Amino acid sequence: MEALYAVCVGVLTAAGVFLLLRGRTFPVVVGLTLLSYGVNLFLFATGRLNNSAAAVLGAGSDHADPLPQALVLTAIVIGFAMTAFVVILAMRARGDLGNDHVDGRVPELVLDSEERN
Amino acid sequence: MTLMWIPLLPLLGALVPILASGLGRTALAWATAVLPALALVLTLSLIPQLEGSSSIQAQLEWLPALGLNISFRFDGLALLFSILILGIGLLVILYARYYLSAQDSMARLYAYLMLFMTAMLGIVLSGNLLQLWMFWELTSISSFLLIGYWWHKSEARRGARMALTVTGAGGLALLGGILLLGKITGSYELDVILASGDLIRAHAWYPVTLVLVLLGVFTKSAQFPFHFWLPHAMAAPTPVSAYLHSATMVKAGLFLMARLYPALSGTELWFALVSLTGLTTMLVGAYFALFKHDLKGLLAYSTVSHLGLITLLFGLGTKLGAVAAVFHIINHATFKASLFMAAGIIDHECGTRDMRRINGMWKYMPYTAALAMVAALAMAGVPLMNGFLSKEMFFAETLQQDFLGSLSWIIPVLATLAGIFSVAYSTRFIHDVFFNGEPINLPRTPHEPPRYMKVPVEILVALCLLVGIFPSLVVGPLLALASSAVLGGELPEYSLAIWHGINTPLIMSLVAMCGGLLVYFNRRNIYAFQKQFPEFNANEAFERVVRRLIASATWLLERLDNGSLQRYLVLMLLLWALLVGQSMLDLVNLAGDRPQLPLDGVAIAMALLLCIGAIATVIYNRNRVVALLMLSVVGLVVSLVFARFSAPDLALTQLVVEVVTLILLMLALFFLPQRTPRESRPSHILRDLSLSIVIGGLMGSISYAMMTRSFNPISDFFLQNSKTGGGGDNVVNVILVDFRGFDTLGEITVLGIAALGIYNLLAGLRLFMPSGDADGRGWARDRHPLVLATISQSVLPLALLVSVFIFLRGHNMPGGGFIAGLVTAVALILQYMAQGVDWMKARVRVIYPRLIGCGILLSTLTGAASWLFGRPFLTSWFGHFELPLIGEFELASAMTFDLGVYMTVVGSTLLILANLGQMTTSERPVTKEQD
Repeated sequence: MEALYAVCVGVLTAAGVFLLLRGRTFPVVVGLTLLSYGVNLFLFATGRLNNSAAAVLGAGSDHADPLPQALVLTAIVIGFAMTAFVVILAMRARGDLGNDHVDGRVPELVLDSEERN
Repeated sequence: MTLMWIPLLPLLGALVPILASGLGRTALAWATAVLPALALVLTLSLIPQLEGSSSIQAQLEWLPALGLNISFRFDGLALLFSILILGIGLLVILYARYYLSAQDSMARLYAYLMLFMTAMLGIVLSGNLLQLWMFWELTSISSFLLIGYWWHKSEARRGARMALTVTGAGGLALLGGILLLGKITGSYELDVILASGDLIRAHAWYPVTLVLVLLGVFTKSAQFPFHFWLPHAMAAPTPVSAYLHSATMVKAGLFLMARLYPALSGTELWFALVSLTGLTTMLVGAYFALFKHDLKGLLAYSTVSHLGLITLLFGLGTKLGAVAAVFHIINHATFKASLFMAAGIIDHECGTRDMRRINGMWKYMPYTAALAMVAALAMAGVPLMNGFLSKEMFFAETLQQDFLGSLSWIIPVLATLAGIFSVAYSTRFIHDVFFNGEPINLPRTPHEPPRYMKVPVEILVALCLLVGIFPSLVVGPLLALASSAVLGGELPEYSLAIWHGINTPLIMSLVAMCGGLLVYFNRRNIYAFQKQFPEFNANEAFERVVRRLIASATWLLERLDNGSLQRYLVLMLLLWALLVGQSMLDLVNLAGDRPQLPLDGVAIAMALLLCIGAIATVIYNRNRVVALLMLSVVGLVVSLVFARFSAPDLALTQLVVEVVTLILLMLALFFLPQRTPRESRPSHILRDLSLSIVIGGLMGSISYAMMTRSFNPISDFFLQNSKTGGGGDNVVNVILVDFRGFDTLGEITVLGIAALGIYNLLAGLRLFMPSGDADGRGWARDRHPLVLATISQSVLPLALLVSVFIFLRGHNMPGGGFIAGLVTAVALILQYMAQGVDWMKARVRVIYPRLIGCGILLSTLTGAASWLFGRPFLTSWFGHFELPLIGEFELASAMTFDLGVYMTVVGSTLLILANLGQMTTSERPVTKEQD
């Protein structure tokens, strides 16, 4: 099970990083979200995987590690705030700069190829 | 504490000319002089205290943990330099009053001069090397301002920049040397460093330290090959040259050499570096001084030569050499400052400084001529002048050394040669300017300057004569105090007398004088010889070097910083991969020995869904709506993963956040292009793909290695104390609102800030709104579908009830403020979507920014309430109560805290989404009916 979980973390990270490296803002935001899924899963796994441990006191003798859970819970909420901020920033940048490239200007090389098409 | 006022008074004095600039010119000069004069009186009043002890200290603690203290230290050497700085400074203030023309801003010059004076005093009085260095750099900066005083002249700007570059670069080297000294001795306090000379000299870092310190010294004191900046600094007004380039700034280097003499001197390396540099500088300076037609140029090269002489004396490493060096510092300051002032008077009266045109001044200004001639004789080292005495001591010392073995005779011979040139250029100064026929083509007719302009020159020339005739009476005690400070208390036998009988030094002096006269009267031959060399322009060479440096820096910058964020990210991720990959190589086995969970079908299916979703997001990333749907699949599976591995709180949170995120991104996509253009180069795609696969592989390996190893969690503490200390069974929630409540408070603050930031980003934003999707299909014309509106309305009370339930049970069962807040937000957003923003605005009259503020305030006040009971911030309280009918229930302060969290989450989420949603609905373009 652990190997499968690790593969999932790896795939999420790889997909997130690839999208993070794109040149337009929206794929970057999507990549950031994917990457934060991967990171959240990774953080969660620091408490090791438990199939059927008790989530609250008194429900069983074997407890899931609560600390990574508390960390990830706040990470999810903050991750939402960050995604929201970045995507609105992207909108603002498009409104003010007239394009949605991460550098704020479309590289000349791209303009050439767009005209050619 | 008196000590601190000495540098402080001139610092305050820098404000005086600015404040008093409305007064007349004379009044301004007097007002400026008051504070330095007071500082001079203070300095002199400290002399009696020096009798008993070798130094006076004054300290203020600043950053004791870093060894940084504000520390002042006053001894004989500091006394000597303080007198020079303040005394000559006062004379320069008087002189500048008459030198500057009516167009020049006197207040500006005086303010700069005072600043410079502060910096110089700071150097000589510092008891801490780092502090000394700070003042050292301050002299570079203030001298930059002074040299560039006539900033409308390009030569002034260039000279100032060159001086700043050379001395500033030397200052950086000096900082390196000081840091090494601090590492070697463990302290930056001067007392410690001076006492650990043997430790420093035996240390492996000694050569590096010495070279770095000497680089600072040589650049500041214009030693060969860094001497070129000094002649170019002559673009400064003459009072500045008289002050900076004769008496003070160039002496700062020599001061530091004298200051660190007990700590650094006495090795072969010291001798080789210091004395050979000094010897070269002395010869080069004296030789080139002869060929300068500019009056100040001659004096500048002469200064270079004399600085070299003093450096050579320090380099010899003998005790008498150090005494002679200190003595020559005094003498050179007096005669060179007076010569610069005389040159300034001549320049002022004639309108030029070209010695080929200035002739026969004796007839026009006999009094000034007499003063200048006395000073020039002192420069040449003629008997009865102060320059003669120290030069005799210098000649005597060159005879005492034997560093060059059987070739040691070279040094006295070269010293005599420098003496010959020194006499020659002094003779030229006297003969060319004051005699030698009639002036040629002068812009104005020269005459004697104003009375008070001569006073500073008179005082300095009188000192030259007094020291020259009654040396032990006039300067003996001061010299003894200063020299013993340099030598660490032991003073050698020496006698300050004019006549020591006929001995070798006297013969060397005589040779120098006769030879000098001979050279001067055969100068035409030497000029003709020198003319054969192409003239070397230091300024152009310097500019070339600077330009090349800037060009290469630009080249480097363009390669590193080309403005592409993608490239920066690639570089950073690459570095991350390298660092992590390297440490993963050290791990022998990937799998640890912790027993692993067995695989099952559900898990495999979930993992497949997750991976397909993630990969599909990447593949379809150019069609943004599809990518978004794929992304939400991944988010939902992640939520299931949390549920599967015993984390119901996380599963709930992830589920609700997923919904909110999807709505947010959908709304944002409305304003952004629907498609991403195909623009990445194939090579870039390959690069990004390999990099992301490497990073993904590394993350997966780390996860696997971590999960298969046992560990010792700190969570047992939370599990044990959650019920007894926090009053809750849901440990995750207790951690959030109690154990780590302060973190949560910080987090909701960040959430609130992000929401307010978004609110501001959206304010005044006007965006293009498409009338249809990427394929040209128009939006649905039914804005608020009836089915959705009806269902959402009936669902709302239920949803709110659920959120209250989740909130209340949060402390003991999965739930809590975060999740409840998100559920409420989702329920309300559904209303927004179904009914429109305007409809909701009329019904929900909550101002979201205020809701955020109230939430944070409530949480903070809950935490602060524990102060009332004398407990630390955020101490929680809980109790169990009985109510008839309802039964036992629990009340905890954590609940109010969680209520604050709830309010902030609701406020933030709705502030973001409602504002964004409002933009889409207010002026949405409607597609026309297609027939």
